[in-house]
Amino acid sequence: MQINVNGKPAEVKETNLCNILKELGYFDAKVATAVNEVFVPTAERSKLKLSAGDRLEIVAPQQGG
Amino acid sequence: MANFYGVELSSPLMLGTSQYPSPAILTDAFRNSNASVATVSVRREAGFEKAGNSFWKLIQELGVRVLPNTAGCYSVREAITTAQMARELFDTSWVKLEVIGHPDTLQPDPFGLVEAAKLLNQEGFDVFPYMTEDLILAERLLEAGCEVLMPWGSPIGTGLGLNNLYGLRSLRAHFPDVPLVIDAGLGLPSQAAQALEMGYDAVLLNTAVARAGDPVKMAVAFARAIEAGQLAYKADPMEPRDMAAPSTPVLGKAFLR
Repeated sequence: MQINVNGKPAEVKETNLCNILKELGYFDAKVATAVNEVFVPTAERSKLKLSAGDRLEIVAPQQGG
Repeated sequence: MANFYGVELSSPLMLGTSQYPSPAILTDAFRNSNASVATVSVRREAGFEKAGNSFWKLIQELGVRVLPNTAGCYSVREAITTAQMARELFDTSWVKLEVIGHPDTLQPDPFGLVEAAKLLNQEGFDVFPYMTEDLILAERLLEAGCEVLMPWGSPIGTGLGLNNLYGLRSLRAHFPDVPLVIDAGLGLPSQAAQALEMGYDAVLLNTAVARAGDPVKMAVAFARAIEAGQLAYKADPMEPRDMAAPSTPVLGKAFLR
């Protein structure tokens, strides 16, 4: 199905958020997630199924002021 | 030293981690600044990048407290979601809350700021709100549950220093027991010293050090200025006056023509 990942269209086979992250290459990355602008804690990822058109945000620690 | 949500900091300098020429210079600048807090952010990352992992490792090695921000957020919802993601990533309830109101001045949106602060405080965050020096806004933020306030010196990244001395003095005088941090706009060590001399509890800066020709040297300069300003405040400075007053005794002066 097609979803939106960090503002860009992405084709994914998996539907479960935990598996989608693995499919997209975030195996051991320190990231936080939000789906359709709602924060999804790490503990909730395996329970959440995404649908076509969902907007997934994946963020990591970065420099800031 | 003031208490920031139950934490007594070892130094009144909070230093940003952005815009340094290299990670090595960032590390050197931090080590030489005696900063007790590092501000950080969250940004999108592609799966193959892993830049976040290495940055996080570098920050952990600094051995300072971490203060994640919500920089670049223009809406309450955006700021809250960003804060929630930052809390999980950095494993801290501290958040530097930015709800920006205008892209040119990057000034805070006071209405969105109070709303977001209230919601985040209810969720157990320790909110450090980036605000203007407005007294009523300060009152509203305290009512919303904030225990620390962070008025700007001047707009982010300008280096203009303390733009409204009256307003900042007034804020300090009205809230003598609230930890106050000057956040943003500092460009020179003398401006940081001025903030500490006025009784501010800490300063937060980034660009002034990171964009200096020699960031490490500038970090040392800020560290010394901050120490001087803090010491001067503790030494209870003299009151300024309009009329001259001789410092050399007049009594006993020879009468010479």
